[in-house]
Amino acid sequence: MEQILANGVYLGSQYAMIALGLTLIFALMNVLNFAHGQMYVIGGFVTYTFYGQWGVPFVLALVMSCVTLAILGALIERFLFAPVIKGSSREESTMLLAAGIAFFLDAVILLVFGEKQRGVPKIVDGVFNWDFRLIMPYDRILICVLAILSIVAFIGLMQYTKTGRALRALAQDRTAAQLMGVNVDRYSMIGFALGAMLAGLVGGLLVTITGVNLGMGGATSIKAFMMVMIGGAGVISGAIWGGIILGFMEAIGLALLYQYGDITYLLIFVSLMIFLAIRPQGLMGKPWG
Amino acid sequence: MFGFTTKQLVGVAIFLFMIFIGVPLIIGATGRWDFYFTLTSVALLAIASAGVWLTFYIGRINIGQGAFALIGAYVSAILVVKAGWSFWLSLPAAGLFAALVAILLGLPILRLRGVYFAMITLVLTQVVTLTALALPITNGARGISNIPLPSGISVFGIPILPDFAAMENTKLAFYYTACIIMILTYAALYRLVNSRLGHLCRSMQQNEELASSIGVNISYIRIVIFAISSFFGGLGGAMFGSIAQSVYPSSFQVADSVNFMLNCFLGGLGYVFGPMLGTLVLYFGWDLLFEFGKYQMLIYSTILIIIIRFLPNGLLSLRFGKGGDK
Repeated sequence: MEQILANGVYLGSQYAMIALGLTLIFALMNVLNFAHGQMYVIGGFVTYTFYGQWGVPFVLALVMSCVTLAILGALIERFLFAPVIKGSSREESTMLLAAGIAFFLDAVILLVFGEKQRGVPKIVDGVFNWDFRLIMPYDRILICVLAILSIVAFIGLMQYTKTGRALRALAQDRTAAQLMGVNVDRYSMIGFALGAMLAGLVGGLLVTITGVNLGMGGATSIKAFMMVMIGGAGVISGAIWGGIILGFMEAIGLALLYQYGDITYLLIFVSLMIFLAIRPQGLMGKPWG
Repeated sequence: MFGFTTKQLVGVAIFLFMIFIGVPLIIGATGRWDFYFTLTSVALLAIASAGVWLTFYIGRINIGQGAFALIGAYVSAILVVKAGWSFWLSLPAAGLFAALVAILLGLPILRLRGVYFAMITLVLTQVVTLTALALPITNGARGISNIPLPSGISVFGIPILPDFAAMENTKLAFYYTACIIMILTYAALYRLVNSRLGHLCRSMQQNEELASSIGVNISYIRIVIFAISSFFGGLGGAMFGSIAQSVYPSSFQVADSVNFMLNCFLGGLGYVFGPMLGTLVLYFGWDLLFEFGKYQMLIYSTILIIIIRFLPNGLLSLRFGKGGDK
């Protein structure tokens, strides 16, 4: 039981970070970022290159992941999403663009890094063992702590800084924010960069444990969508709850039903459907927000 | 005639002439027999895309068509291989089964809107793939292979459809079959859009509450539309399985679902024939880029991004700047 709970916390903290980035981008621009999983994979590969290949300290490699993805996110918003949102008669066109970007990033990853599974040396050795009731490698604990710290830092940023206030205003009402003198274009770019950066950060953190490969992108996006649906799209606290809930469901499901393999995800989906039938906007979401 | 303008009739006539006589002549002249397979795929994917387009018509973004195509492919394959049905009977059965699943799933999920619906349909694709892996009847990851070719049909001794296995050129036969089904699909779609139901759909697309307040039974209409949409998906998928003679859980994946949606977007959502054009451009473009080897995906996605960057309202928005043919 302790083991399942610990696994749940570990999975949930990472999932929450992935969902946070996705939900932030959605809240700000009403864009469903299909490329989120691919951004996560790129983050993993950047850390792999710096830390695994060139022997740069892990923290520095993480920073490089964040910087790369933040720049990438800013460029994508500035030169692709912003003009398309302005020129399109339907909001849904951004979905096509997002899907195109997902394909594009997949192609880039394939060309630059290949399709092999990549891993990096462990950041810390050793296993935490509490009487064989709870076994957890130290690096997992470290990653989990780092993830929780990042989430706290992100919430702090959103709540107590000027940028965070501007982003929250933008998410609430774009027009009203603009009327209050918020530079909408600039903060959209910053928000998108921040969302992409979170994806890159998780990728960088997780590469030390699960490694990274090309195929992870799509699956990660789908999980992120599920978390966002559980919590409610475009709500920060909802994304965190969604991540924690999915993390625990997965940990419990995999522990109890491991002999049936993929049935866990099937059950999660069925329960998600029942949940959404009762509460279509998710836990925290605004109805039809 | 029948309320069509001469221009429209001529257009349809040219189109029919091209796909039934023009294309075989051109392929015969150039000797590119592989194009038959490409064009057959385009026709089948266009059928499934027509379904996605229809759900767009009631204002829902459907990224789950891959799920219904996979369901259709499996139903047809299981009926033909395990129950010994004729393929031609299993084809509508596959469509109807997909529609039934759509009704059951649609009851809860069609209450969702916007991105919520988009996300849950996307997840649905993944779940159907997982279900196909887990269920015993679908053979797991090994899938169902060696599906026999469609057999002939004869009524009172008069052959209506020839036996595909006895034919020397199955490619041509499949091409014609796929084209006929595609034309029937789009004719049905055109009829639907221009019927009373189509007008109700348009009212829902604009504002569901308003439509509901003036007496449109929105929950009934959206279920009907979703069922029809999935029927098309099942039909396309079943036909696809029959041509490939095999079905695997990976036959239709999330990427395929996204592609169905892209076909609709690219062709333009305001035009009935948009998804057909979108499918043709996307699939053909993908096929033509095959020569670039490992750069195929890169070039393809770059072109895709450029198209959407400069033509955010779809390809057909170039020609019909104002209004267009609804």
